[in-house]
Amino acid sequence: MQFVFLLEQVVNGLVLGGYYLLIALGLSLIFSVGGIVNLAHGAFYALGAYIAVTLGNHIGFGPATAISPVLVALIGIAFERFILRRFYQQDPILSLLVTFGLAMVAEQLIRIVWGAPPLSVSIPGALRGPVIVGPFLFSQYRLMMLAIVALVLVGLWLLLQKTSFGRVVRAGIQRPDMVAALGIRLQPYMTAVVMLGVGMAALGGALFAPITIVHPAMGAEIITVAFVVVIIGGLGSFWGVVLAALLVGVVRGVTIHFVPAAGEASMYVLMFLVLLLRPRGLLGEPIEKFEQ
Amino acid sequence: MNKSVTTPLRQAGPPSRRTILKTGAGLAATAAFGFPGILRAQSDVIQIGHLAPMTGFLGALGDYAVLGIQMAAEEINAAGGVTGREIRVSSEDSINPDTGATKAQRMIERDGAQVLLGEISSATALAISQVAARNKKLFIATGPRSDTLRGSSCNRYLFCSDIPNTVMVNAVGSALKRDEMVDGKKFYTLTADYVFGHDLLRAAKAFFDANGGELIGDELIATDVTDFSPFLLKIRQAQPDVVCANLAGNQVTNLMKQYAEFGLPFPIVGFNLNTADAWAAGPGNLSGTWPTVWYHTLEVPGSQKFVEDFTAKYGKLPENHAWIEYISLKMLAQAMEETQSTDSEKIIDYFESGAKFDILKAREAYFRGWDHQLIQEAYPFTVKPESEMADEQDMLVLGEAVPAPDQDLESIYPSAEQNPCQL
Repeated sequence: MQFVFLLEQVVNGLVLGGYYLLIALGLSLIFSVGGIVNLAHGAFYALGAYIAVTLGNHIGFGPATAISPVLVALIGIAFERFILRRFYQQDPILSLLVTFGLAMVAEQLIRIVWGAPPLSVSIPGALRGPVIVGPFLFSQYRLMMLAIVALVLVGLWLLLQKTSFGRVVRAGIQRPDMVAALGIRLQPYMTAVVMLGVGMAALGGALFAPITIVHPAMGAEIITVAFVVVIIGGLGSFWGVVLAALLVGVVRGVTIHFVPAAGEASMYVLMFLVLLLRPRGLLGEPIEKFEQ
Repeated sequence: MNKSVTTPLRQAGPPSRRTILKTGAGLAATAAFGFPGILRAQSDVIQIGHLAPMTGFLGALGDYAVLGIQMAAEEINAAGGVTGREIRVSSEDSINPDTGATKAQRMIERDGAQVLLGEISSATALAISQVAARNKKLFIATGPRSDTLRGSSCNRYLFCSDIPNTVMVNAVGSALKRDEMVDGKKFYTLTADYVFGHDLLRAAKAFFDANGGELIGDELIATDVTDFSPFLLKIRQAQPDVVCANLAGNQVTNLMKQYAEFGLPFPIVGFNLNTADAWAAGPGNLSGTWPTVWYHTLEVPGSQKFVEDFTAKYGKLPENHAWIEYISLKMLAQAMEETQSTDSEKIIDYFESGAKFDILKAREAYFRGWDHQLIQEAYPFTVKPESEMADEQDMLVLGEAVPAPDQDLESIYPSAEQNPCQL
């Protein structure tokens, strides 16, 4: 029976990892292409949740969850055009400071617009409750979430691997100078990458709103975990981030099974070990522009 | 030499970027430190330093606290003030124990605050109470519920107006005993991993031991945990009869949302809940029996009037922290009026004398002289079925006040043997 219990935690950890993935993939993409550490990424996650809840009161959970990421992606255009674009060629510390400040401004804006008390929202009745498969118990809602994450993941992978858009983005990650020499402007691609990244974060927020508290500081809560996942997975690596997200979810679940009090620390220990033994991250590729 | 030549030229032209920055910084600093000169000049004003967490973990609750105390101050001033003087409350975000203590010191020293009032976090209140004691100024702690604060950490200048952990356990416990949910039952607890939670677990264990309940497992939950799923699986594996939450703030909301999500079959109860956290859980997620110090449906005329006025003024229902800030300032005003003084020593003597206060409940409350906590009624509540809720805030059914009308109010409070407070 002990083994079954442990296996249950492993499977549950995989599901949780899928959720970290939505936030971490966008963060990793924006850093890989633009060299920008986007500390405001959590703010887009929070906005995604707030917009989804607000819309959901009028048009229902499904449509709101679909529309919210699109709206946030549109905000992402302005974010890239008016803020990020000024910092691609600058010292990374500047973009770090700007996005850090922006995260605080966004949190206060949410407080001004929606108020300090948390928003009230529940899972739609049809999706509430467990699915029991043999000895395992799953949340119906999280299984649905996992399916959406898998769809997004496959879609993103196809976009990056099989389209000309993806080829330019991947080339831009490795050799932006060569891309420029071939006469391709990277700027519009960067806009698209930021839209994708913040849109995925918003989708994460919209999906998680019914099962966690929706409050102004929710962005700050998620950003640390997303960073840890990106660092463990390795910069520029699509599958590295996927692997790291699932690993963080599983390690947390297993740690809580044996040493509950160490649950929240486990991912940091994992990051520490990875940085010590493989500083590039699990599947990180050597990227010339970051190697100096 | 060059410098002395360029300076006059610069001053003649438009201000440089640097000058603007310096001015901006100066302005910001002025705003941050307040205008002590102006405040000191007005000696006919009674200055109250109000601290509450307005951001972070307990921010939603602090927001209501500020609204509550503002309303009380306006009513007092509209009725002619206290001893003919205007009462002025300045509210600040306490943030954490360090900042809270620093701000408390500044309020006393520079703003000339005669009394400190407020706070929700037990840890921050402890730090502020030490500042108050050092300066020999009264501090009325309105929100913290830790037994330790009114126990081994009590002091002459600290008064507590919220119910302590022991009372919350007793309020819920009486309902559980009535429903035969304690004797011979197996409990699994989830406990907030800081001083408040540990304190609450201690009180819960004492209750289980005294009433034949068995504690089969406890999980310490860090305050930043947002995903409870691994803990929910462990609870399912342990198969308890009752799950019991000793959590705080956002933790309670997250647990309740995910408990409903996973649909575990065990009844869940809790020994701590604030109304704002219950509202945030969303319709259909909260269940079980919980304690509260006050709720807006309480059928007492004074309480109904307060709810009406508050809703008219702010366009939303008052939460329990709005109520407690409101009645705490009113109690202070009564003490100042009765003693015709703003001197902390005189107010303390008045509070210790067992003076009665109308706190908008069926029975009047009083401060207990030997540990300075407000002795008052508490209530268990249960949750309405989703189909009966008129709106998302209409979710709780208030139970009968504890203790019962024929019992002594102090019967649900820690006794002199149980509470180590030495003033």
